[in-house]
Amino acid sequence: MTLMQIAEPDEAPAARLRRRAVGIDLGTTNSLVATVRDDGIAYVIPDDEGRPLVPSIVHYGEGATLVGYDAAPRQSPDPQNTIVSVKRMMGRGLADLTDDRRFPYRFVDGPGMVRLATRAGTKSPVEVSADILRALRERAERRLGGPIDAAVVTVPAYFDDAQRQATKDAAKLAGLPVLRLLNEPTAAAVAYGLDHGIEGTYAVFDLGGGTFDISILKLTRGVFEVLATNGDSALGGDDFDHRVFCWILEAARVPPPSPEDARLLLLRSREAKEMLTGHDAAPIVATLSTGQRIDLSLTAANFSTITRTLVEKTLAPVRRALRDAGLRPDALQGVVLVGGATRMREIRRAVAEFFGQPPLTNLNPDEVVALGAANQANALAGNRERGEDWLLLDVIPLSLGLETMGGLAEKIVPRNSTIPVTRAQEFTTWRDGQTAMAVHVVQGERERVADCRSLARFELRGIPPMAAGAARIRVTFQVDADGLLSVSAREQTTGVEASVTVKPSYGLGDDEIARMLQESFDHAADDMAARSLAESRVEAEAVVNATESALAVDGDLLSADERGAIDDAVAAARHACGREDTAAVRLAVESLNRATAAFAARRMDRGVARALAGRTVDSLA
Amino acid sequence: MAISLTESAAKHVAAQLKRRGKGMGLRVGVRTSGCSGLAYKLEFVDEKKPEDVAYDLHGVTIVVDPKSLPYLDGTVLDFTREGLNEGFRFRNPNVKDQCGCGESFNV
Repeated sequence: MTLMQIAEPDEAPAARLRRRAVGIDLGTTNSLVATVRDDGIAYVIPDDEGRPLVPSIVHYGEGATLVGYDAAPRQSPDPQNTIVSVKRMMGRGLADLTDDRRFPYRFVDGPGMVRLATRAGTKSPVEVSADILRALRERAERRLGGPIDAAVVTVPAYFDDAQRQATKDAAKLAGLPVLRLLNEPTAAAVAYGLDHGIEGTYAVFDLGGGTFDISILKLTRGVFEVLATNGDSALGGDDFDHRVFCWILEAARVPPPSPEDARLLLLRSREAKEMLTGHDAAPIVATLSTGQRIDLSLTAANFSTITRTLVEKTLAPVRRALRDAGLRPDALQGVVLVGGATRMREIRRAVAEFFGQPPLTNLNPDEVVALGAANQANALAGNRERGEDWLLLDVIPLSLGLETMGGLAEKIVPRNSTIPVTRAQEFTTWRDGQTAMAVHVVQGERERVADCRSLARFELRGIPPMAAGAARIRVTFQVDADGLLSVSAREQTTGVEASVTVKPSYGLGDDEIARMLQESFDHAADDMAARSLAESRVEAEAVVNATESALAVDGDLLSADERGAIDDAVAAARHACGREDTAAVRLAVESLNRATAAFAARRMDRGVARALAGRTVDSLA
Repeated sequence: MAISLTESAAKHVAAQLKRRGKGMGLRVGVRTSGCSGLAYKLEFVDEKKPEDVAYDLHGVTIVVDPKSLPYLDGTVLDFTREGLNEGFRFRNPNVKDQCGCGESFNV
């Protein structure tokens, strides 16, 4: 027992019982911060002028950084120093921003993540996001009267590790204690589930400014389980604005506009789109820097026509999510709409038609995610009463696994597993005396590593030399509540261990995840064949290796003819491996096995003879 | 239910309170932590809470919260010197085992 000294009293818990908890919806277009009142009702904290939203816009001006409504007017005159839609750049390399012609910024390609050259210096998307989060934090602290104790920040369900980590980094930079990240559709379900006590199976259709997510959720007695998620990380209200923008250019015969004019016209496009949610036509009036005057009227029918493909584009992920969940569209008890873009009549109509029922819209679609996040933060901060405990289950969007021999991807954690999750599997060495093993962590649904996304690589060294297949190496995958992955490998007999936490491997294409999923469906048959071929090749190589080491040791047991026959069979197996023919490889392995059968028997006899040599029957008894 | 304090411990508590310049006594208690479940708490008391139980022992006020009391019943708080170290030691008859580092214990 150690000796103790008297400590200063720990006053914090007694002094203030309720902790300041906030939920933050860090959106592509708008961001919000919400909290839960003492009576358990969540509300969005407005600014001094009563406005609930903070436009996700940051302006780097002369000496001052402006955020939100203050920054918005700078878009047109100073687009290069006024950053909008920064969420699209989170955790992304320059090469991934395939639609960068739509960004009027000066990009600098940095290690891992793209950076922006601004008046205030080179800024990473993490820093820009942190400026938005800081504004939200200050707003909340003014309202709550002190520093924030706990925050929950939402991210699209499709965000990968790099994007989630970037979001966490931004919150940390903004001085927010983030308890966890929460998927946006899940947050929406929290808001609806708790406020209305609805039970059943629901779809959350979230069309925000820049991302589309569909989630199939099961709500039972306050327990939320995500059955499936799907979506498109590059589809949102911005795309509808862009369609209108293109329509304006065409209808008014505008030559390619300057960045300032493009910004102005995009603004007008958005205003027209918003007006059409309640009107049958919207005027578009603007004067460009070239002096050209634009005066158009966009009708609702026209808008429906030019955006029809975008509306249809949302339904493909919906079908996939339903298929993953094993449900038909009419099996759902309700559809929740989230995101300002779901105010469009075209979207509401398409959703109602697809699911055969009108969608739920009782909560403000702009606020619902932040409200749910606030509920979650409140619960995690321990502000809830006893008995109000509830569980929240999230899923991982893509399978996680590692590379095995032959370039195949072995899935360890299947997609749509609920997190946090820990899964382990044992692997072994492939060659005699192998003392190291490379662990290549991959993400994706395809059978071949080449078709999956590489997350990390590390090596386990110090495996004691053993015969192939004797070592036992346990590889453990752990995904925490935020969807961040750590992988460790441990050789069971010696305990040597190596591990990796998946560092933000910034640099995955924006559409990549959606594309990877789609391809896994499209290529299921090819993948199966590729797997068979790779497996048969691995087996052939293993048999050839074993034969050659046997020949090196006991080659004298064979006559020249016999030796020749085995050598021929080895050569044939090698040759077959070079071809894309699974059957041929299998056949060659079989004939090699036959050719070496007699040799194997003789080796066995010699082994027994050696073991018994020089012993008497008595000593064996 | 009671806890007690050796005279030498009481003398040190009084001296430390005097040096600190404020405080009405000493709080002893348990909290969950360490590797084996529970750990002792030893703090100055500036303000007694309504639910606290107080003892006056050798002129020193000892404050215990009611939740900690069952774990500490019969405990003697001593002050000892071991080699170069000196400090307080809990002699607790309820302890069944403690972890290797001595930081925590089980009852």
